[in-house]
Amino acid sequence: MKYQSQAVSKLYFNAAIALFVGQIIFGVILGLQYVIGDFLFPYIPFNIARMVHTNLLIVWLLFGFMGGAYYLVPEESQRELHSVKLAKILFWVFFISGALIVLSYLLLPYQRLAELSGNAFLPTMGREFLEQPTIGKVGIVIVCLGFLYNIGMTVISGRKTVINVVLLTGLVGLALLFLFAFVNPENLVLDKYYWWWVVHLWVEGVWELILASLLAFVLIKTTGVDREVIDKWVYIIVAMALITGIIGTGHHYFFIGTPGYWLWLGSIFGALEPIPFFLMTLFAFNMVNKRRRIHANRVAVLWALGTGVMAFLGAGVWGFLHTLAPVNYYTHGTQITAAHGHMAFYGAYVMVVLCMISYAMPKLRGRVANSNKAQVVEMWSFWLMTISMVFITLFLTAAGIVQVYLQRMGDQPLPYMVVQDKLEFFYWLREAAGVVFLIGLIVYLCSFLIKGESDQHIDVSHKNPAINS
Amino acid sequence: MKELFTKSVSRNIYYGGSLFFILLFLVLTFDTHKRIPATDNRENLTEQVAHGKRLWEENNCVGCHTLLGEGAYFAPELANVYDRFGQSTDAIKAFIMSRPANGIPGRRSMPQFNFTDEELEALAQFLKYVNGIEAQNWPPNIQG
Repeated sequence: MKYQSQAVSKLYFNAAIALFVGQIIFGVILGLQYVIGDFLFPYIPFNIARMVHTNLLIVWLLFGFMGGAYYLVPEESQRELHSVKLAKILFWVFFISGALIVLSYLLLPYQRLAELSGNAFLPTMGREFLEQPTIGKVGIVIVCLGFLYNIGMTVISGRKTVINVVLLTGLVGLALLFLFAFVNPENLVLDKYYWWWVVHLWVEGVWELILASLLAFVLIKTTGVDREVIDKWVYIIVAMALITGIIGTGHHYFFIGTPGYWLWLGSIFGALEPIPFFLMTLFAFNMVNKRRRIHANRVAVLWALGTGVMAFLGAGVWGFLHTLAPVNYYTHGTQITAAHGHMAFYGAYVMVVLCMISYAMPKLRGRVANSNKAQVVEMWSFWLMTISMVFITLFLTAAGIVQVYLQRMGDQPLPYMVVQDKLEFFYWLREAAGVVFLIGLIVYLCSFLIKGESDQHIDVSHKNPAINS
Repeated sequence: MKELFTKSVSRNIYYGGSLFFILLFLVLTFDTHKRIPATDNRENLTEQVAHGKRLWEENNCVGCHTLLGEGAYFAPELANVYDRFGQSTDAIKAFIMSRPANGIPGRRSMPQFNFTDEELEALAQFLKYVNGIEAQNWPPNIQG
């Protein structure tokens, strides 16, 4: 850790990990509700548990991004953070309001929450991922603005690098696009149209900028590859992300009442959306291949490579599977979507945050890297979580294919609930894989308890004299 | 990479490309607004339907169901439930009313929301309005 103010990121990382645990517990509950339909009913019905699962995911990823930014920006800008105090205040505001929102989901009927929070004045609740009470959304905006001010002031008055400029652009985009969470016309088609401006333009747009810059930062630090080379990659990756991703929004405008030309635009640009993710895979492997040193923190490098591969598989390949309109006609809103959603979020955003934490946390705790033993345990958690996520995705994909066939393609299409009963086998397998994921997460937590220093870096630059300048 | 792109070329592709596609997206959004009156069934968007939409939101129906394919995948698609229930708002209301408060042992069941008659009618009318949105002949069949 080069700057004292970077220490504030530890708070954010700890919160991120704690909420991650909550998210996965609810994931396991949801998986069980798929097979034991009345599990916890009527106390925690499926919709409530799902809301907790997805909202915790979003909030903990935001904590991860913010923590990542607070760690990375001072080092890139070569100066202390504008205000550590503001970062701490905003942390507690965000953490307490986030906790209150989740608790209110669990303790109050949702309809009652809508009433108490005055949803009637500005109705924004009850739309997927944007279930937070309006006042909660206002809180999120305030936290984001304060955060952006803090980061922005640091970037502006410090050294400007491609990494922190791209990161800042991504964060500004994140905050601006969230404002569309307040747009909720009575016309359902328009409601859906703008809902995607938050959801799609986040995860398939500006979040990719944040992803690319976090990944690039860890790669610069762990490989020692020249910044010039990394900068070019970052520009090309984020250029492709926005060039494909913005019009790629069209792959959500197929069947919601929007004009037919979106079938073409969404299919073409959707099919190109894997490109930035593929470049990220190439980027990560290329940089590690060209490394000048074997960094003592080998597990952070593993997470970086893992992000490259899994983001491409989950977001790229599984996205491509159903992005073409003639395919999506049958798969839209089935378990295929669920399969894609799981691996894409894990592979791209969960992994990059864990990568950042893996790199930064040892430094925040006063060492270059964790002890060998701690790293090996963390690697176990990497493989347990990643492989179980691959299986969750495969089982959901199998369920989705059967669902599509029985419900939408056969000669005698069967009713939804009849088909769901036939998918029970796959849902049990998915639940088993989910339990393994939870075990992997527990192993991950355990890796933090193992103390000790790391070995030193090994300089390998002499073996590879042809490194690009 | 090195041969193909210099850093400044890469940067220009990023800024230029992004700006171009943002503008294109705004133009397409404008055009979409002009065209959707033909498909979005706005002529049937009454106050009652708007009330139904609010109820749909404030009871988090999308936490289990999909509507035009978006939402959760735990319960049936409802964009065409009006057709599926024989174009009967009464059948929709009867189904919502009949849900057992404590669920069905071992099975998925919709919660009992204790809606008033007026609320039930508004919800049913909302689902009828959604059924009238022209969404490229989606869903593929009556089962949703």
